[in-house]
Amino acid sequence: MRRSLSFFMLAILLICLNGSGLAQDIASFEKRTTVKVLNNGLTVIVCRRPDAPVFSFYTLVDAGAAQDPQGESGMAHMFEHMAFKGTDRIGTTDYAKEKLALARVESAYAAYDREDRRGTGRDAQKVQKLKAAFDEAVKDADQYVIKNRFGEIIEREGGNGLNANTSLDSTNYFYSLPANRLEVWAYLESSRFRHPVVREFYKERDVVHEERRLRIDSSPIGRMVEQFLAAAYTAHPYGRSGVGWPSELDHLTATEAEQFFHQYYVPSNTVIALVGDLKPEEAFALVEKYFGPWAAAPKPAPMTTIEPAQFAERTVVLKQNSQPFYVEGYHRPDYHDPDDAVYDAISSILSQGRTSRLYRSLVRDKKIAAAAFGFSGFPGQKYPGLFTFFAVPVPGHKPEELGQAFHEELGKLVNQDVTDEELQLVKTRAKADLLRSLASNQGLAQQLAFFQTRYGDWRELFRDVERIDKVTKADVRRVANQTFVESNRTVAIIENVTAPKKDASAPAGAQNPKESK
Amino acid sequence: MVRNYFRLSVLGFALMAGAMMPVVMTAQTSKPAPAPHPAPAAKADAGKSDASAADLEAIKRPALPPFKPAVPKRIQLANGMVIFLMEDHELPLIDANALIHGGSRGEPADKVGLATIFGVSWRTGGTKTRTGDELDDLLEARAARVETSADLNGSQMQLSCLKGDFDFVLDIYNDLLRNPDFRQNKIDLAKDQVRTTIARRNDDLGSIAARESGKLGYGAQSPFARVPEYATVAAVTREDLLGWHARFVHPNNMILGVTGDFDSADMEARLRRMFESWPAGAEYKKTDVTITPPRPGIYAIEKSDVNQSEIRMVAAGIRRDDPDYYATQVLNEIFGGSFSSRLFSNLRSREGLAYAVGGGVFANYGHPGLTLAIIGTKSGTTVKAIEGLYREIDGMHTHPVTTAEIQKARDSLLNSFIFEFDTRQKVMFARMNYEFHGYPSDFLERYPKGVAAVTAADVERVAAKYLDKSKFAVLVVGKAADFDKPLDTFGKVTTIDITIPQPGASPPR
Repeated sequence: MRRSLSFFMLAILLICLNGSGLAQDIASFEKRTTVKVLNNGLTVIVCRRPDAPVFSFYTLVDAGAAQDPQGESGMAHMFEHMAFKGTDRIGTTDYAKEKLALARVESAYAAYDREDRRGTGRDAQKVQKLKAAFDEAVKDADQYVIKNRFGEIIEREGGNGLNANTSLDSTNYFYSLPANRLEVWAYLESSRFRHPVVREFYKERDVVHEERRLRIDSSPIGRMVEQFLAAAYTAHPYGRSGVGWPSELDHLTATEAEQFFHQYYVPSNTVIALVGDLKPEEAFALVEKYFGPWAAAPKPAPMTTIEPAQFAERTVVLKQNSQPFYVEGYHRPDYHDPDDAVYDAISSILSQGRTSRLYRSLVRDKKIAAAAFGFSGFPGQKYPGLFTFFAVPVPGHKPEELGQAFHEELGKLVNQDVTDEELQLVKTRAKADLLRSLASNQGLAQQLAFFQTRYGDWRELFRDVERIDKVTKADVRRVANQTFVESNRTVAIIENVTAPKKDASAPAGAQNPKESK
Repeated sequence: MVRNYFRLSVLGFALMAGAMMPVVMTAQTSKPAPAPHPAPAAKADAGKSDASAADLEAIKRPALPPFKPAVPKRIQLANGMVIFLMEDHELPLIDANALIHGGSRGEPADKVGLATIFGVSWRTGGTKTRTGDELDDLLEARAARVETSADLNGSQMQLSCLKGDFDFVLDIYNDLLRNPDFRQNKIDLAKDQVRTTIARRNDDLGSIAARESGKLGYGAQSPFARVPEYATVAAVTREDLLGWHARFVHPNNMILGVTGDFDSADMEARLRRMFESWPAGAEYKKTDVTITPPRPGIYAIEKSDVNQSEIRMVAAGIRRDDPDYYATQVLNEIFGGSFSSRLFSNLRSREGLAYAVGGGVFANYGHPGLTLAIIGTKSGTTVKAIEGLYREIDGMHTHPVTTAEIQKARDSLLNSFIFEFDTRQKVMFARMNYEFHGYPSDFLERYPKGVAAVTAADVERVAAKYLDKSKFAVLVVGKAADFDKPLDTFGKVTTIDITIPQPGASPPR
């Protein structure tokens, strides 16, 4: 067993060092990686790595905050939180009664919310009464809940690294367990998606609003990033707050969450990767048993909106109490574009390590930034994103100086070829980085699920390196010329305006929203 | 489509509507403050049952195959240098790390930041024969890394490369280890970075709360809490850095660990050739640090541009070799260190007061940790959240832990124990760490026995000892004008001034 594992890794090394014989090397990887698509459309990847009796998994649901319905920003993320609330059998002392109680919560909420938001003729007394009825209904439903039972079970079984996240592109669930808990995992993970119960929704909405305050409202860089993206995108939801605009977040309902779930949490829109000490036959038998009955449904239709071409530079200036910051972005095509790897190469030349151009120019020589980067893949990768630059100024230097320095560097990329040595560095580094990224079960599971979802084939993880290997100097210059154009640029800066001291009643930072509770 | 994890994480914190669990748990008036409206602590749900109990009962958990983690080979050279070797042939890579005694706990009070600057400019400042920039070019051409850093207890020098490049990279490693030059231009660059950190340290609630609660917990000038100031950074000279290297970097003061795709006998021979002739130096003596326990009371820091408050309650914690370590591990699971803990279930899930909430008795290897209870809540529920934390602290005594809670905590710790040693790297680095801090080599193996032996009485005892409301200093960072009630609801409030002393100001006394 150990021997064939080494052989498998050796094979990867060969791909990495030669970049040739790819088909043959993927064939050897294939010996331990199996993909199956169940009848209901669910894709499952199992990769054997019998080093220690543990396994990790990564469930990727191909719906992220970009899928939030109009007027319901924050919904994908909200549902991610609900996926920890249990099922009709997990986390309830009496589901039959709880179900009725939850239905009463929904109708009480609808009545209260309608009256509360009435434009004219809003009856404050009536609102208060309806609110009291809603609170009562919540309390009634709550009596059946066993708090956090879902997470508690995972912890008790030895779960490690239990978490989930929602990006603009996808919603991801992951943890690791001892290898003898595979069936426990199959039971829990399938239940979560087959029979979720959207319980404790309104309390969790408050929790999520606290998350928004933490990440956005009370963080200078959070406020800046939200404004930056809102300025960079006119039509595409990449410009919308992923955690949700406060007013929309505060009006999401459990009924809407269920609708979102039924539309996007379908087997055909989901990929699960399992990596560890697993026997594929056993794993697939369990997957079939637990996930097989998950009702099939059509994969949601692809998004129609494509961000229209930008034809004027946009600038956002945030005048805040905090220290200055600089970020700028240029629209680029999505990852299917034939130049995708060229963007990766540019990112590597500009930003990776102390030999990178931005480090040597902005940090080492000009001494105006403590850190400076330019990279692809922000705010997402699935749809046309931005090639983004940011820098942290050294005290005494203004954001504008950073902008100028970035533009000087971009001018070089546009007007001169990169050197052979630089390009070689990029290729060597891509190969070594791929190797390093395979080290952990959890990391490998994430990559397999990611590449399977985005390309329909996990093998693209390895072909990525091949694509970077083919990038030429002319490609870099051509892509730089078409991308780094003033009219394609959005800039956001934080300008430090120190408020008068000890004046707590002064209006907060320009972007500090007032609560509407 | 290469994924930019690192850079995404800088901007992405704001973007990724996030992780389900925040990172709170990994952070690291003597009059008792009464809760104005005492309410009974909500009972945890751990004892209740649902239909899944039978479902899970029916699922077989085959016995785990016997798993003996590999044991690293330990070698000690005649000059005192300790070397650990752990073969791992999974990937064609070699990684190494040296732990070297002598960290920021020993830096002079008027040169705070010395160790940090040392850790950065050791590598960037190059060697006697090659500049740091030359090293960058040589290493990155091979996608290899040699990096240095320093922390409280010591400095580290790491290496990572493809195995075919090992000899080449090891030569650089050895040269840098023994012949660093600390060129002035790179010292200046490192100082710029520290100055940038100083300038920005009051921008974020979380960094203010973490720093200032540390000062409350250990004492403002304690080496475990103090931070660099412009003046202390300016005071650091190249001679200080050369002197620091001459004082600490000796073979008898370090532990080198190498893991990866090599043959141990061959590696041992190579390392012996390289390091055996290196003469031993002066023995390291650990600086004794006295800790002033926190002075209980309410402490406030005003931050006007936020709509959330960060609250941290701080009391004394323990080292990992404390006899209470295992009992507090179980206590933490129940109190505030897990998904189903009381703090998480009651203040987050039940009351919706917070996204980030947690707490427990934190333990370090080298110095005592702190006991913490942390919550971040909107300005308008600040006092309510403090009351909530107090109630949960009291609840540990008024509603003693149940059998179900203890069982769950023990199962959780024991069943997940395997993840402490599921890779060879983890095993080796753990062994190095134990030896570095003077712990027994089987400290890891003792853990399951220690946890399994914890009884309800033990948990009650440590709860009484560490979760004592009257011993906590309570720090609140937020916008006071928007609080639900003034903080003096809890008694006298001490305001902490966090104004950053500007360059030229005299160093703090």
